[in-house]
Amino acid sequence: MTQDIYVVIEHLRGQVAEISYVMLAAARELAKGQKGKVVAILLGKNAQGLAGNLAADRLVSFDHPALADFTSDAYQKVLADLIQKDQPRAVLFGSTSIGTDLASVLSIRLGLPLVSSCRTFSPEGKFVSQICGGKIMAEGDLPMPTALITVVPGGYKAEDGQSTQAPAITQAEVPPLESLRVTLSKYIEPETGDVDIAKESLLVSVGRGIQNQDNISLAEDLAKALGGVVSGSRPVIDQGWLATSRLVGKSGKSVKPKVYLALGISGAPEHVEGITNSDTIIAINTDPAAPIFGVAKYGAEIDLFDLIGVLTEQVKQARGG
Amino acid sequence: MNIIILVKLVPDLVEELTVDASGAALDMSWLRLIINEFDDHAIEQGILLKERGGGQVTVIAPDVEGVDDVLFTAAAKGADRLIKVKGDFSAGVNNHALSRAFATIVKGLQPDLVLTGVQANNDIDGALGPLLAGMLEMPYVGYISGITIDAAKSKVRKEYPGGLIAEMEVNLPAVLGVQAAEQPPRYVAVSKVRQVMKTSTIQEQSAPTLDPSGGPTISRMFQPEAGGRATMLSGSADEISAKLVGIFKELGVL
Amino acid sequence: MSYDVIKSILVLVALIVAGVIFLRRVYQLLWRNLRRGQPSGAYKHWWERIKGELVYVAGQFRLFRVLIPGTGHFFIFWGFLLLFLTILQAIVGGLLAFINPHFILPWIGTFGPLALLQDIFTVGVIVAVIYALYVRLIVNPKRYLGSHKSQGVMVLTFILTIMLSLLVMNGIRINLGQDPIQAWRPISASVGRIFSGLGAGTQGVIGEIAYWIHLGVVLAFLTELPEGKHFHVVTSIPAVLLRNLEPHGKLPAAPEFNGEAGVNAIERFRWRQMLDFYTCTECGRCQDVCPAYASGLALSPKLLMMNLRDHLKERGAALSASPASQTPPAPPEHPLIGEVISEAVLWACTTCYSCDQECPLFIEHVTPIVDMRRALVIEGRVDAELQDALANLGRYGNSFGQSERMRARWTQPLQPAIKDARKEPVEYLWFVGDYASYSPTLTETTLKTAEVFRKAGLDFGILYDSERNAGNDVRRVGEEGLYDLLVEKNTSAMSKCTYQKIITTDPHSYNTLKNEYPANGNGHHPVLHYTELLDQLITSGQLKFSKKLGLRVTYHDPCYLGRYNGVYDAPRRVIEATGCELVEMPRHGSRAFCCGAGGGRIWMAEGEIKDRPSESRIREAAGLEGVTTFVVACPKDLTMYRDAVKTTGNEQRLVVKDLIELVAAAL
Repeated sequence: MTQDIYVVIEHLRGQVAEISYVMLAAARELAKGQKGKVVAILLGKNAQGLAGNLAADRLVSFDHPALADFTSDAYQKVLADLIQKDQPRAVLFGSTSIGTDLASVLSIRLGLPLVSSCRTFSPEGKFVSQICGGKIMAEGDLPMPTALITVVPGGYKAEDGQSTQAPAITQAEVPPLESLRVTLSKYIEPETGDVDIAKESLLVSVGRGIQNQDNISLAEDLAKALGGVVSGSRPVIDQGWLATSRLVGKSGKSVKPKVYLALGISGAPEHVEGITNSDTIIAINTDPAAPIFGVAKYGAEIDLFDLIGVLTEQVKQARGG
Repeated sequence: MNIIILVKLVPDLVEELTVDASGAALDMSWLRLIINEFDDHAIEQGILLKERGGGQVTVIAPDVEGVDDVLFTAAAKGADRLIKVKGDFSAGVNNHALSRAFATIVKGLQPDLVLTGVQANNDIDGALGPLLAGMLEMPYVGYISGITIDAAKSKVRKEYPGGLIAEMEVNLPAVLGVQAAEQPPRYVAVSKVRQVMKTSTIQEQSAPTLDPSGGPTISRMFQPEAGGRATMLSGSADEISAKLVGIFKELGVL
Repeated sequence: MSYDVIKSILVLVALIVAGVIFLRRVYQLLWRNLRRGQPSGAYKHWWERIKGELVYVAGQFRLFRVLIPGTGHFFIFWGFLLLFLTILQAIVGGLLAFINPHFILPWIGTFGPLALLQDIFTVGVIVAVIYALYVRLIVNPKRYLGSHKSQGVMVLTFILTIMLSLLVMNGIRINLGQDPIQAWRPISASVGRIFSGLGAGTQGVIGEIAYWIHLGVVLAFLTELPEGKHFHVVTSIPAVLLRNLEPHGKLPAAPEFNGEAGVNAIERFRWRQMLDFYTCTECGRCQDVCPAYASGLALSPKLLMMNLRDHLKERGAALSASPASQTPPAPPEHPLIGEVISEAVLWACTTCYSCDQECPLFIEHVTPIVDMRRALVIEGRVDAELQDALANLGRYGNSFGQSERMRARWTQPLQPAIKDARKEPVEYLWFVGDYASYSPTLTETTLKTAEVFRKAGLDFGILYDSERNAGNDVRRVGEEGLYDLLVEKNTSAMSKCTYQKIITTDPHSYNTLKNEYPANGNGHHPVLHYTELLDQLITSGQLKFSKKLGLRVTYHDPCYLGRYNGVYDAPRRVIEATGCELVEMPRHGSRAFCCGAGGGRIWMAEGEIKDRPSESRIREAAGLEGVTTFVVACPKDLTMYRDAVKTTGNEQRLVVKDLIELVAAAL
C-alpha cells in the first residue's frame, strides 16, 4: 500500500500518445498532496526508448513480445498483477481506445473503485470530471483505497508532463501471458487523403450545422479563398460528407493551425480535444450556449449560411480578386 | 449466434441540463431520456450480424421513461427478444450498479456475443460494457467499428485516433464496445413500430437491489464557467464578415 | 360470287377479327388488370360528375390552357364523335352490301344538317391533324420529350387517311348520284369534282378502293387503340366521370397491407389509379409545368404515368399467363420501386400540384408518388438527411432538432405575453408552424405578425410548446405513421382549447389542418390563412392602413395556398390595400412556379440539380421592369427566395418580403 500515483503510459506504433504527458502532469498534481511519487508504467517490447522525456519519478517497464502492441487481455493481466501487488493510491489511464479497454475491467477484477472522464485534480485528492458532453462537471473525493481513474485531456498541458531527463527504469517481471483471448492481426492505415490537416495552418471546419453534402462546397470556397483546407467533426465524417482524413477530434486528428474556423460545430469535448493546440479558434454557431464558445477566441451568433457567402466574397475582395 | 445488446437511456443533450437542489445530481424534472447514441449503433451492428449469419438478438434495457419505445423500435429493426429490467432507477444509477443488475440476466442467457455502446454521455464510473465483461470474465475490446464472426472467434476492427484501425481476433463469448456500426442506424417507420407494439411483448425481469459500489461519490455537480468566453462579434452578415476579415489580416492570414 | 357478296363477307370477317382483338385487349386491360387493383371506394355526387363530363370532356375545357393545340384537339374530338356515324355507315353498309350495295343508314344517313356538320368537321379534323403533324415533326416541343413519337405520328396519319378516304368515298358517291342529300355535302362534292372527269366505272373502282382503305385503317386503329396512349379514347370518359372530387389538399387514406401502408407492387394501387395510368395521352403538359423536371431532376410526371402503364400491362399479362394455382404469384421481373420507378424519381417531387392541375384528364400524379414513397419509408429506404429530419420530428415535433420547449422562445420580447390558448379561451387559435417558430432568420417576421394581429385588435392565442409540426409534409414524404402521431398530439392539445377559428401563416399547415385533420372534439373549426383573415379585416374595416406604400411588387402564389386551396385573390387585395402596385410574373396564379421546398424536399439532399426552381423564379421576377419587391406568404418561400436572391446575385435588384411586412409598414 503506497501513496504513489501510477500512470499507464499509452503508446502506439513507436510513439507516446499525448494523453500520457497530460496524465503525468495530472499525476504530479495529485502526488504533491498525497505525498507519493509519480510512477510511469510502460508495457511493450523493447519500448524503453520511449521513456526518454516522461516526467515521472521512476518508471516500471514490462518487456514481453506479447505486449509489443496493445491488446486488452494481455495488458489487463500484467496491470492486474502489478496493482494487486503494489496497491498504489491511484492508477491513471487515458480515456482512450487503450485506457478504457482496461480501467473498467480492472475495477471489477480487483474490486477497486473507478472514476472516469477526470479533467483535473486537486492536491487534496479531489477530482473533477466532465459528463454530458462537457455541459456538466462532477466533483468528488478520490475513492479509497486505490482509485482507478480515466483521464480526459484539457485540464493540463502536455509540456508539464514532459522532462528532459528520463526517469529511473526498473524492469519488472511479466506474469505468464498464455491463452490470450485477444490478439492483434494487423493494423490498417487510414486512407492517406490528399491533405494532412494536422499540418495545415488554416482550417475551415464544419459540423452538423452544414446540414448536407452539397453545402460542403460552400466551406470549400471559403477555405480556398483563405488559402486553407476543409476539415470536419465526427457527424460530418460519419455521414460520408468528408473523408476520414479530414476528421478533427478524439478519434481523428489533433490539429494545430494558426486559425481554426468552426462553422456549425457545437464543441463537444471529443471534438475540442483535437483543436486545443490551435492558435486562434473562431466559432460560428446559432446556439449562444454552444460549448465551442468557451474555447474560441472570437465568435458570432449567426447562421453559417447567412455568413459564409458574404464572408467568402469579402475575403476574395481583400485578397484583390 | 446468440447476441445480446445492452442499452442505456441517457439525458438528451438538446435540453438544458441543470443541477438539482442537492447540488450533487442532475435535475431530472426537465430531463428527457433518449437511447444512448452508441447503443443505437450497437443495435444496428447486432441486427447486421443476424442478417448476415443468422441467430437471435436480445435487447436489454433498464426500466426508465421511454424504454418501451426504445425496445419496440429495436424489435421493428429485427430484434427477437426484448427484456426490461425493473428496479429503482429513479435517482439515476451508475454503471457499476447497472452492470451488476444486467450480469445475472446476461449470464443466464448464455450469449455468444454481447454488444453495447463504447460509452455514454452520463458515464462517471467507466463504461457498462467493460464492467460487465469483468463480471462475466469475458474478454472486452472497445471502439469497435466492424465485426465479422468466424466460428468461435470474432474478427473486430478497433479504432485508434487519426483513422488508424487495428484488426484483432477476439475469442467468443466476448463483450464488444461499439463506436460505430458498419452502416448508420437504419430508419424505422413509426407505423412499423406501432405495429410491432401490437405483436411483440417485453419481458420483465427484476434486478436485485442496485449496488453502486465501485463508483465514486459525487459531492458536487455544476455547470462549467464559460471561463474565457469568446469575444462575440455582432451585426449583420456583412458587418461580421468585415470584422472577421480584419481579424484575418491581424493574424497575418490575409 | 359477286363483288358485293365478297365485300359483305370480308367486312364481316374483318370486323370480327378486329373486334375480337380489340375486345380481348380491353378485357385484359380493363377487366383482368383492374380487378387486381385495390378497391376505390363509393362514388357519389353524380350530378357534379355529369356536369364535369359536359365541361371537361364535351367542352374540352382544360385543353384550352395550351390554346392552339387545345383548339385542334377540340376539333379532332368532336370530329371523332360526329364522324363516328360515318364509320358506322361504312361498316353497316359493307355488311349489308350483298343485299343493297348502296345501303344508307336510316335517318342518320339522310339528315342534311348532320351531313353538313360532318363535312365541316372533316375539314376541321384534317386541318387540326396537319397542324398536329407539323407540331410533332417540325416544332417538336419539349413537352413531347419522352413521348412515343412514332405512335403519335402513325395515329395522326391514320386519322388523316380516314378523313381523306371518307371525302373521296363521299365525293364519288355524289358524282355517281348515289347520295340523296348531296346538297348538304359541299366539301365532299368539291373533292368529288377531282374525279369527275373519269368514267363511272373507274370512279366506282376508286370509290371502292377508298372504302377499303377507309375501313382497313379504321379497323387497324381499333386494334391499336388499347395499346398505347390512344386508349384514352375509351378510358377518358369514365376517368373524368369518376374523377376525385375531394379537396385537392386531401390525400386519400392509405390502404394498408398487413398493417403497412405503401405501394411497392403495381397490384397495390387502387383500380381507379390504374385507370389513370391508361388514360395518359403523353401530351406532356404536366412535364412542362413540373418544377422538378425543369430543375434537371429525374422526375417527369408524364414519364411516371407511362412507366406505370407499361408496367401494369406487362405485369398483368404475366399474371394472367401464370398458372392460377401458384399462390402467391411469383414476384415481377422488375420490381416496381427501384427499377420501374427509380427512388430518385420518387423523391424529386415537391407535391406542388402543377401536374394534377394541368392534366386535361384529371390524372393524379402526386397520389401515386406519395403511395410509393410510403413503401420506401416502410422499408427504411430514406436518405440520411431525411432520416434525421423524421427522427427529429418524431422526437421533438419539429424538423430543427430543437426541444419542444423552445418552440415559443420567439415570443420572449413580447409584452404582454401572447395568450396561452391552453389556459384561456381565445377567438383565434394561431397555429404558428415550425419554420415561423424555430428558424432564427424568420423570428422577426413572426414577431411582426403578432404585432399586426395586436394592432388589428384580434383576440388570439397560441399553443406554446404543445404545438407540433402539423404534419402536411410528413404525410407527403410518406411517413403516414408519424403523421398520425403528430395529428394525435396536435388534436389532443387543440381539443382542450376553446376557440372559434384557426389561423396560420404557413400554407402547408393550413392545408392539412383544413382538409385532412379530423374534426376534433368540439367540432370542425374554420381554418384561415392569414391573408384571408387580413382580407376580411380590411373589407370589414377592422384593419385600416394609414399609409400607401407605393411599391412596385410582384406576388408569388404559394402552392398550398393557391393551387391546392384556391386562395388567389385575397392576398392580392391585401397587397393593393397597402397601396402597392402589383405586377404579375408570367407564371402566376394557378401557374405559379414552386420554390422547390415542398413535399419534404427541404429536408432532403438536393440531388443533381441543374437549375434550382427558386433561382429560376427569382430570375423571372427580376425580369419585371421596375419591380423591387418579391412578396411571399409562406415561411418556407421566404427562406428559399431570400437564399435564391443571394445566390443569383440579385441583392441590389430585389428584396423578398412577407406580405405581413407590407401590412405592418402600411398600418
